[in-house]
Amino acid sequence: MDDFLAARMQMALSLGFHIIYACIGMVMPFFMAVSHYKWLRNGNDVYKNITKAWSKGVAIFFATGAVSGTVLSFELGLLWPEFMKHAGPIFGMPFSLEGTAFFIEAIALGFFLYGWDRFNKWFHWFTGVVVGVSGLASGILVVSANAWMNSPAGFDYVNGEYLNIDPIKAMFNDAWALQALHMTIAAFASTGFAVAGVHAAMMVQKKNVNFHLKAFRIAASFGAIAALLQPLSGDLSAKDVAKRQPAKLAAMEAHYHTQASAPLLIGGIPDPENKKVDYALEIPGMLSYLAHGNFSAEVKGLDTIPERDHPPVPVVHYAFQVMVGIGTFLMVLSVMLLIAFRRKQWLSARWFLMLFALATPLGFIAVEAGWTVTEVGRQPWIIQGIMRTADAVTPMPGIAWSFYLFTAVYISLSIVIIFLLHRQIKMVPVQYDVPAGSSQKH
Amino acid sequence: MEYIVITYLWLAIVLYFLLGGADFGVGIIEMFTSTKNISRTRRTMYHAIGPIWEANHMWLIIAIVILFVGFPVIYSQLSVHLHIPLVILLLGIIARGTAFVFRHYDAVRDNMQEIYNSIFVWSSFITPLFLGIIAGSVLSGHIDAKAHDFATAYVFSWLNWFSVAVGLFTVALCGFLASVYLIGEAEDAKDHHRFIHKAKTMNIAAVCCGALVFLAAQVERVPLANWIFGDAVGLSAVILATLSLVLLWTQIGSGRTTLLRILVGFQVTMILLAISYAHFPDFVIIRNGENLSLFTAQAPEKTMQALGSALLIGSVLILPALFYLYYSFQKKKVNGS
Ligand code: HDD
Ligand code: HEM
Ligand code: HEM
Repeated sequence: MDDFLAARMQMALSLGFHIIYACIGMVMPFFMAVSHYKWLRNGNDVYKNITKAWSKGVAIFFATGAVSGTVLSFELGLLWPEFMKHAGPIFGMPFSLEGTAFFIEAIALGFFLYGWDRFNKWFHWFTGVVVGVSGLASGILVVSANAWMNSPAGFDYVNGEYLNIDPIKAMFNDAWALQALHMTIAAFASTGFAVAGVHAAMMVQKKNVNFHLKAFRIAASFGAIAALLQPLSGDLSAKDVAKRQPAKLAAMEAHYHTQASAPLLIGGIPDPENKKVDYALEIPGMLSYLAHGNFSAEVKGLDTIPERDHPPVPVVHYAFQVMVGIGTFLMVLSVMLLIAFRRKQWLSARWFLMLFALATPLGFIAVEAGWTVTEVGRQPWIIQGIMRTADAVTPMPGIAWSFYLFTAVYISLSIVIIFLLHRQIKMVPVQYDVPAGSSQKH
Repeated sequence: MEYIVITYLWLAIVLYFLLGGADFGVGIIEMFTSTKNISRTRRTMYHAIGPIWEANHMWLIIAIVILFVGFPVIYSQLSVHLHIPLVILLLGIIARGTAFVFRHYDAVRDNMQEIYNSIFVWSSFITPLFLGIIAGSVLSGHIDAKAHDFATAYVFSWLNWFSVAVGLFTVALCGFLASVYLIGEAEDAKDHHRFIHKAKTMNIAAVCCGALVFLAAQVERVPLANWIFGDAVGLSAVILATLSLVLLWTQIGSGRTTLLRILVGFQVTMILLAISYAHFPDFVIIRNGENLSLFTAQAPEKTMQALGSALLIGSVLILPALFYLYYSFQKKKVNGS
């Protein structure tokens, strides 16, 4: 494997690994805060058990999120030193603020995980909320750095030099608001459906139904609200991309030729050689509408962009289809959940629970697909229109080896984590089904 | 503002050495604990670092962020030439953080524990070793910006006697920090004595490794003695460190655990001060070339302003919460929880 490709793959792998833990770290504290609140309010010990069971999972995820994030902050330099040399001072502002958010998160997490029965119970609850709020803040901040790569701002690029740097302007770049919104909603949708799916699977097996149903309701409600908002926010994002990165939009839609009343393609196999798409379902005028709010507007195709600036079309197109497909499916599932809250018998129906159980990984698959759209769609640029990814890569040879190494490490870690979660879930009856009154260990 | 940023960078590095170092050291102590005492030691350790380990490691991230925002040239030079030890450091950080948490949160206690334990212990040794190697390489003058062959550019930049000696010294210091810290966490008189004994051994090890560093500096022609003894600040720092060491030995059995912690922390801080002050503002010493100075390799004015403000605002939010965290978990322990 050539070193440049290896560096890109290693970056993608590390980010793709981290984002899962980041989403969980941002969102689970809110689920816990709800069940914790219910326990504090009505004293039902099932909610206390749910909170504790979740918090153990979260401790595992947090540790993994923290170490994989630490790896990322080094990898930016290890793999893209030339990029960081110039970009660091410009897009660094959100990272320096993020440091504060992480710190507060780590402190609050210490209080929350180790503070059971040690502090005033509302203070303890509050520390859990702080974990969630600072996690969200750090997620939103770091997306700003990525948004800057998509829509650079806050400097003048003159003869290869970066002048008049203004880190505040760079932070409030054009792409940030919508990307952060879409990402935050995605975190809730993916984690919500993943957690709900695990509890649904346990209910299918008729294990601790009371415990799992209560947990399912909390997680699924969050997931459903997010999944209903997701397509709206995605539509805004797509319009934004059409304006700032026409090449990315064209790649998402495999839209090779500039055209008025452009059709929306569903599915299809892009053929980069002949610049056409086979077997796609076409909805006339829809792409013009989605991109510019007008059925007859002209949508720029890849033919308006020099060939050497084209992103890889098939990957971006497939990833976009996967994301939107899953988004639509989760939206349908959310509507069904709302119905189920009225028709209670659905909540114990096998087919209904099976559907949720099968949806467990979908949200995260959509997250990975969405980031593939964003990041691969930006290629060949690392900073859109300013610096090429190939010019940013480290001069050190042999990156392929480090890529293999990190792949092995991340695969092993994933296996261990799945194994640990499996054990946690298996032990739920042993740890939480004790008769009332007997003591519990934490 | 640039002085504020540089101060924060220095503080973040020192605090990471002290807090993160004690944290690593706990694993090193575990390595040298007999099987008879190991499970109680593990329990003591878990109570001691469980709630605070994540916060302790944030200092590393703060230091890195300050580097890449404020001193991007330094960050990217080091990333290129110290790629290999940095990757090993990262693998160590991954292994250690996850093994520590996994072994506690594994719902079933079986022989997986053995695996977590050995990963934890080994990575607690390797991570500070490479941290020290990286720190040594930054000063060793072996980084060669103009090198053409792989070995000179990417291997000998860190694989030299001086860097390795600094690595070993760092490991010993971590063990020393941790054992002094654990004296205050001991559950009973027997443990108390064990940790005192450990602290003494670790201290002797640290002094020996320190001597090794000077020796290696001679071999590799790093003007370490010049930096430290040829400079008023460096010299006073070393004298103060030695005095605090003497005081530490006289007080070690006294049961004044807070005093002991302050002394050991002070001592390590002085050592770091002595080493870093002498060649300030140069941060990276480069072979036959332009050293990277904290003044010339700086980000533009506006970035430094923004970074400095972010750090100041952050401290106002973080420090009270952090002190309360340390304070609460100390207090609760004294109350016998
Ligand atoms: C649960 C996950 C999820 C779901 C269901 C969707 N998305 Fe998404 N999408 C993401 C998760 C995501 C993401 C991983 O969070 C991305 C990557 C970068 C970002 O900010 O959000 C993203 C990026 C992203 C982008 C690129 C933004 C950019 O490059 O700046 C567009 C245009 C859309 N999405 C559009 C949609 C549409 C029209 C959806 C319709 C259903 C949709 N997404 C569902
Ligand atoms: C959009 C992408 C990202 C999001 C949404 C995100 C979000 C988060 C969140 C919520 C956490 C804390 C939760 C946890 O510890 O599990 C976290 C941890 C971390 N992230 Fe990310 N992150 C992203 C990408 C990055 C990148 C690119 C970097 C590095 C440059 C990074 C660096 C870190 C670090 C250092 C930590 C550890 C903090 C700690 O010890 O608590 N993250 N991230
Ligand atoms: C956590 C969610 C993220 C995921 C899953 C993700 C995914 C990816 C992928 C797939 C690539 C490879 C693209 C290619 O080379 O074809 C990539 C590249 C990259 N990403 Fe992201 N990304 C994320 C967030 C971020 C953030 C927040 C930053 C901001 C610092 C960032 C910075 C980079 C850089 C520097 C590269 C390498 C250069 C490039 O290929 O353009 N990413 N990412």
